[in-house]
Amino acid sequence: MLFVNYLIRISILLLLAATSASGIAAVDIQTWKTDNGAKVLFVAAPDLPMLDIRIVFNAGSARETLPGQAYLTNSILAEGAGNWNVEQIAERLESVGSNLNSGSLRDMAWLGLRTLTLQPALDTSLETMATILTSPSFPAASLERLRNLTLVKIHKSEQQPNEIGSKAFYQILYGDHPYAHDPAGTPETITAITRQQLIDYFQQYYVASNAVVAIVGAVDRATAERIAAQVTSGLATGQAAPALSEVTALPSSTVKHINFPTAQSHIYTGQPGVTREDPDFFPLYVGNHVLGGNGLVSILGLEVREARGLSYSVYSYFIPMQRPGPFVMGLQTQNSQAENALDVLMQTLRKFSQTGPTPKQLEEAKRNITGGFPLRIASNGKIIENLSMIGFYNLPLDYLDTFNAKVAAVTVEQVRDAFQRRVKPDNFATVIVGGNSRVMTESH
Amino acid sequence: MLAFSKFNWLTLIVAILVQLPITPVIAGPGTEKTLPNGLKIIVKEDHRSPVVTSQVWYKIGASYEHDGTTGISHALEHMMFKGTKRYGLGQFSQIISDNGGDENAFTGKDYTAYFQNLAADRLAIAFELEADRMRNLTLPAAEFAKEIEVIKEERRLRTDDNPVNLATEHFYANAFLLSPYRTPVIGWMTDLNVLSVDQLRTWYRLWYAPNNATLVVVGDIKPEAVFALAEQHFGPLKAEVITPPQLRIEPQQLGIKRITIKIPAKEPYLIMGYKVPVITSQQDDWEPYALEVLSYILSGGDSSRLQRELVRGSQVAASIDTDYSAFSRLPELFTLDGSPAKGHSIAELEASLRQQIKMLKQIPVTEAELARVRNQLIASKVFQQDSIFYQAMEIGLLESVGLDWHLADKYVDKLSAITAAQIQAVANKYLLDDTLTVAVLEPQTMDSNSIPSNSSGVSNVIR
Repeated sequence: MLFVNYLIRISILLLLAATSASGIAAVDIQTWKTDNGAKVLFVAAPDLPMLDIRIVFNAGSARETLPGQAYLTNSILAEGAGNWNVEQIAERLESVGSNLNSGSLRDMAWLGLRTLTLQPALDTSLETMATILTSPSFPAASLERLRNLTLVKIHKSEQQPNEIGSKAFYQILYGDHPYAHDPAGTPETITAITRQQLIDYFQQYYVASNAVVAIVGAVDRATAERIAAQVTSGLATGQAAPALSEVTALPSSTVKHINFPTAQSHIYTGQPGVTREDPDFFPLYVGNHVLGGNGLVSILGLEVREARGLSYSVYSYFIPMQRPGPFVMGLQTQNSQAENALDVLMQTLRKFSQTGPTPKQLEEAKRNITGGFPLRIASNGKIIENLSMIGFYNLPLDYLDTFNAKVAAVTVEQVRDAFQRRVKPDNFATVIVGGNSRVMTESH
Repeated sequence: MLAFSKFNWLTLIVAILVQLPITPVIAGPGTEKTLPNGLKIIVKEDHRSPVVTSQVWYKIGASYEHDGTTGISHALEHMMFKGTKRYGLGQFSQIISDNGGDENAFTGKDYTAYFQNLAADRLAIAFELEADRMRNLTLPAAEFAKEIEVIKEERRLRTDDNPVNLATEHFYANAFLLSPYRTPVIGWMTDLNVLSVDQLRTWYRLWYAPNNATLVVVGDIKPEAVFALAEQHFGPLKAEVITPPQLRIEPQQLGIKRITIKIPAKEPYLIMGYKVPVITSQQDDWEPYALEVLSYILSGGDSSRLQRELVRGSQVAASIDTDYSAFSRLPELFTLDGSPAKGHSIAELEASLRQQIKMLKQIPVTEAELARVRNQLIASKVFQQDSIFYQAMEIGLLESVGLDWHLADKYVDKLSAITAAQIQAVANKYLLDDTLTVAVLEPQTMDSNSIPSNSSGVSNVIR
């Protein structure tokens, strides 16, 4: 009886899910270019008296000649601009409650601001941001301090098995490609980088043609146009960064063991994956949701954690980038289980690749992705993330509007076909960071 | 406050003395109702997006645990996903997933909380499932045997193999003699090794009941509809006799405590903590609010004192932070933690921090600093409304530590009222050497137990 009851309840719940999947709020994205050529994406969000703005440059570590150059350039911007020193910049922003944020990854580098739209907060913050981008002063004393902080940061990362593993994984996956090196740089390069190299980097890449401006907040279109013009006014038109070099597929399987005094082994295994505009993107994305992209409901979560208790966290994902970003599967387990856990990862992938998802698994993944769409655009913070991504990767403006339809259109055959053509476990790069275990001795 | 979750996943100035106007609170003020079985429901309307967050907060966490069973609250949180009579193993997460939901759970010192984020028209699904597992969990022994291994892997990941977290665990265990805040939320490994499913069954029966829970719902919903739905799903559940454990009062600390943590690591780390009071339901004193403002003065943003004086000025610190939460069930620590900059020692860092504390005692903070903190608080209150999840968390936390959830809306005003004299007073009253604990992570070589170095390098292996 209980079992029947349970089945009925489940079907009622699913019916409810199916009937409500349609009502999706569209995001009205407006776009234009500033006079000096920066692309702007804007969404009006009138409910809260606040504004988010993020200026994204194609100026991540993939563009640098010395590892750490992009990161240090990005980090020194708020250290001094116009007539203001670092103390005055921090004080100007925080005395009106604004938050400045910045970051630099492999593809992109950005400067962001969250401010109230009330005065004097709005004007003070925008004026400060515009000055930072128009006339950064690259203070020599700041460079020395940032250099030392970065050296400490790199040294500290060497006590974290996940950071050691991730760095090694990128190095093996990308070899000579600019994605190979870590954005934080190395002690040698961080020590060697000069102030002039930061200025050069800024002048080449922090230019309007290489920028995307994302704005979300309680302003109208005319005000958003003024704001975009103001914050980019000091940028040279410049040129968009050229296409990055192609990524080479891995020729054969490799296993790198990094001996480390930890109780657990951290495992990373994978290969170069996909770009955002890849025609296989949706079959691979939806397929991976079944495989390892949906937490404990995914096959990897069920096999590795739920069925065997091998790891707290287990996952697989594609990181779409300008050039194929990584496809990675990973977990952490006590050293003696590392070999077993890696076997489970690989066997699960091979089986999935061979058979594809079951129709039921595919349907469940689609329900999760499409049903969860409203959550992905539910706040200004999430919308600005989406705008930055759409703008930076040149995705169509209707990307969000058509997203669910593209997910829904994916078939079992497309997933199987895409995984078989694109994911090559025989050529995977594997990195294991951890203590002594059988898997380590066997491979030597 | 440290929380563990089920899955994966801080010169001279020309000051601008402006006072921002207090901005209107956009989200609804919130409505509450208590069911006859004791379940308290708090609902806040936010119609910006067609989504909702549903959170069940239980008043149970690591600070309720006895020696020998540490980690039991967190272990039970994991087991809450292992099925009921009605919804078997894995069904909970699968149903939420099929409905496009995000879900997770987290355990802290004073609470265990479960949440689902969903499209607003699917709230009934969350209620159905949460009500069911509030009293009907099956706790299968075979599943516990596997899950406790997952929890031990979580402990290895978060604590044993993480030098800063391991040092922090030892710091709290040494700072408190009797207060249950000495207990790590995830539990000591030796306790995890002997924890039994029978103990979890008892723990579940004692604490998982409507009269020990708060249901918080924020989003695109109407309070009346939420109350009706809650009545339907949670109404039939039976209340439990809740008997909180005998509170063990931390004895007066009689002098500075110092410990050293020698573990394989690369960078040294310092954490210092003073014994301080928190807000209690009996006494709405200004002192905890003054301590919160003091914390903002020291480390609230790039223009705060520690960033300005120690990271940029003397450049003694590579990183530095302070931590204090006035919203706790029991008296807490006011902590300062960080790492020295290259070429500087832990001793220099500690001396610099103590110099900063000394200045707070001797010289009132400036009006410009107070104005900055006030404006940061006003702005962050607006910014927080961008997240329905955060709004619900604030309410759930307050209720779970025994405070009135309306305090969430008074918090900015309370802090804004704090004066320079009050900050100086709490510094002199509480930031005392005799109640201070200092822990230092002394890095040991990281290859002490290594196997020979030829095991490193790329090799070809056929799998």
